[in-house]
Amino acid sequence: MQEISLHILDIAQNSIRAGAKLIEITVTENLKEDVFSFTVKDDGCGMDEELLKKVTDPFVTTRTTRRVGLGIPLLIAGAEATGGNVKIKSKVGVGTEICATYSHSHIDRQPLGDIASCMMSVISMNPDIDFIYTHFYEQKSFTLETRELKAVLGDVKLSEPSVALWVKEYVNENLTEIYGGAS
Amino acid sequence: MKSIAELEAIKKKVLDNVNLRKEREDGIRVVVGMATCGIAAGARPVMTALLEEVSKRNLGNVVVEQTGCIGICRLEPIVEVFVPGEEKVTYVKMSADKVAKIVTEHIVNGNPVVDYTIGKAEN
Repeated sequence: MQEISLHILDIAQNSIRAGAKLIEITVTENLKEDVFSFTVKDDGCGMDEELLKKVTDPFVTTRTTRRVGLGIPLLIAGAEATGGNVKIKSKVGVGTEICATYSHSHIDRQPLGDIASCMMSVISMNPDIDFIYTHFYEQKSFTLETRELKAVLGDVKLSEPSVALWVKEYVNENLTEIYGGAS
Repeated sequence: MKSIAELEAIKKKVLDNVNLRKEREDGIRVVVGMATCGIAAGARPVMTALLEEVSKRNLGNVVVEQTGCIGICRLEPIVEVFVPGEEKVTYVKMSADKVAKIVTEHIVNGNPVVDYTIGKAEN
């Protein structure tokens, strides 16, 4: 994984497979405290304590198509390489929350990358799931809530390609704005 | 600057287009593998290119979907094309560059791009 946004896309797939109805993705960049973090929180099926303990093991996966699950181990390796960490909270029937923290300035911190394309992918591929994406950069922030978009769109689905591309550009423009103009 | 109000215009355009379409059920399904293996291999730009191409050509009968791991991770990114009444075509080691050709030749004109298929890659 070359970008943190790809980890976000990957972790969000776990929430989707857990049957989540609402997925909240929050990215926080705090330069003063040298923190880069992201959280993916869902209201999916959750994990019991036994699975929660094993989930960081690459040889643990719930899928049947192959025997390894590398998503979480790769995420942990990336965060720990910068002196950060990954925290996972989960409760059966309630949901799961994964928080990855990095040192913002560390040379080994992967770039955020194309988060707009990632949000476009998860939103357009899962039009029946609600997403809230919030991005904090220093004092500024931006929030995208799919429920607001659905209220405008009515019968037109978020999976419609022209709508999906609008989402991507909307995220990009707003990120440029909170980053302080030129990107 | 984009605003949510712009979605109204997009919605209207989509609805006008829907009225001209046949039932979505007999449409073409394009499925991208988006598990860890697919994402790490570059599925995201493939997905973006597919949405852009379908939108640009206004292909109302095509839906782009995602799936998990298909089980042949070494050939990711993988794209499967389901045309009603025809056998599924599996494209492997996809890239954004290959998307336009597949959309033009296969999805629009009905001729699978054999060079990019799994059958070709495995030989």
